[in-house]
Amino acid sequence: MNRAKPVTGPEYTFRLFISGLTSRSQRAIANLQNICESHLAGRYRIEVIDLDKSPGRAHDEQIIALPTLLKVSPLPPLRVIGDLSRVDKVLRGLDIR
Amino acid sequence: MPVFRLEPVLQTPDLKGPPGLSKAPTGIPGLDELTSGGLPRGRPTLICGGAGCGKTVLGLEFLVRGASQYGEPGAIFTFEERGDELAANVASFGFDLPSLIAQKKLAVEHVQIDRHQIEEAGDYDLEGLFIRLACAIDFVGAKRVLLDTLEVLFSGLPNKEILRSEMRRLFSWLKEKKVTAVVTGERGESVLTRHGLEEYVSDCVILLDLRVQHQVATRRLRVVKYRGARHGTDEYPFLIGEHGISVLPLSSLQLVHEASTVRISSGNRELDEMLGGGYYRGSSILVSGQSGTGKTSIASCLAATCDGERRALYFSFEESPAQLIRNMSSVGMDLAGLVQKKLLRIISTRPSGYGLETHLFAIYAAIEDFHPSLVILDPITDFASIGNSNEILAMVTRLIDHLKTKGITALLTGALHGWHGEGSPSDSEVGVSSLIDTWIVLHNFEVAGERNRGIGVRKSRGTAHSNQIREFVISNHGLTLINAYRDTAGFVTGSAREAQQRHDATNGGSRTPSGRPGTP
Repeated sequence: MNRAKPVTGPEYTFRLFISGLTSRSQRAIANLQNICESHLAGRYRIEVIDLDKSPGRAHDEQIIALPTLLKVSPLPPLRVIGDLSRVDKVLRGLDIR
Repeated sequence: MPVFRLEPVLQTPDLKGPPGLSKAPTGIPGLDELTSGGLPRGRPTLICGGAGCGKTVLGLEFLVRGASQYGEPGAIFTFEERGDELAANVASFGFDLPSLIAQKKLAVEHVQIDRHQIEEAGDYDLEGLFIRLACAIDFVGAKRVLLDTLEVLFSGLPNKEILRSEMRRLFSWLKEKKVTAVVTGERGESVLTRHGLEEYVSDCVILLDLRVQHQVATRRLRVVKYRGARHGTDEYPFLIGEHGISVLPLSSLQLVHEASTVRISSGNRELDEMLGGGYYRGSSILVSGQSGTGKTSIASCLAATCDGERRALYFSFEESPAQLIRNMSSVGMDLAGLVQKKLLRIISTRPSGYGLETHLFAIYAAIEDFHPSLVILDPITDFASIGNSNEILAMVTRLIDHLKTKGITALLTGALHGWHGEGSPSDSEVGVSSLIDTWIVLHNFEVAGERNRGIGVRKSRGTAHSNQIREFVISNHGLTLINAYRDTAGFVTGSAREAQQRHDATNGGSRTPSGRPGTP
């Protein structure tokens, strides 16, 4: 996976919302890390938020489905839902080229 | 017997029902009666109907009344409108959402779903929604929950398989939480809801309907399903008025009214004689006839009998109060004096102004307000312009039943169009007549260039009434009934009768033994 890619382009910030460390949550975390490593190596940050621990955030961020991945930056904010196993859809949904 | 209440007063509905089935009162006038106490407590209820039929208002009213009247806080989840929009929409009913929210009696959560922003990339569930529901329920200690309308999820999230299993999980979760939930759903073609929400809600389903007929909208409510409880199965008209929703339960056709044996005068001595002593108090009377036969005069005659003991409420659908007073004073009846003494109230409205139900509610409201012992509706057949004969019949049935329950004497007039003499009355009149205790029919006779009036009692339950058709003269002294005057050719009226009377007088005898000269 560690193909050398030029570290250019904007910095990406992601927020991944999960509910407990279920197998689906773990899958989503792993899938996100893989996608970032292969497409955004060196220029991404991931924040994982467990709504079981901070349920108020579900209201603040208008979360319905879990897992939900929110791209905070660069703008515009975009979101995809699911365990992120469909890489093509993640890339399209988050507008990553 | 359910009694209709107009004011949204605090009710104490019968919460017993069948054992084990507890009810959460809605506080909505009429709805608690027809569900024998309210919605199934601790279980979800589905309210479905087309756009604009009142689903949201019904759901909100259940929550607001729960929070403000029954000490049951509520959580409102709105998927379409924002919280402030919702509050603004229901402020006109006197529902103060901001204050209830401030008192922590209500929590309002707007669930925003923008389908263009959501890309599905793998397996998911709706746990986020559950977490938010739990938060809101815990925050106010909610006993009631409104989800308006869940179906937005179906348009926002493409994976129907996940949605279906999550719906099932949601409804069992709501039951576990022991909240009384109301879920609204959009009516689909030939199905109750477009996305089959009824599949998941098996306890109680209420269907709302808005029909436009003759440019007038009427709302109806039907309890499609109520597991384990007695409920009215008919369609009930309902109104969204200034205090929210009122439902009109059809308490009718149970025939448990007390039958009074007290007679009251019709206001005319000869008519009393024809009826064998007047009308029964609390009975319903139909006066029918073509236009110009004197229906309003017969009605006003009864209205003019009001005194300190009896007050009369006169609904005039063709004439204004001033017109009616003037016309009746020209035939010797002083209605103005009675109005001044507050013994008589005349209310004029155009039937076409509102739907049948609105009229019915207005009539009920006026009765509640004035407490009359006589009610006159003149003419009831004018409603044909805003409803078909079945609907008018249903309305009149409700009304007559309501009046009988209250022991109020009702006189209705019916204008017959194109019914000459002995022909058949129209369907609506036949329908109404079966509910009527006394049916007076007025006739026009056109003979030899003049038009004279006749009056007959077609039926009068429980009275020895005359079967004769008599001549009926309206003069500036009032109404006079003249016994049938016969010559060899039959019934003679007007100038022919007078000629016959003169002839008989000269020949020293009357052909009708009980005949009386024509003028008072």
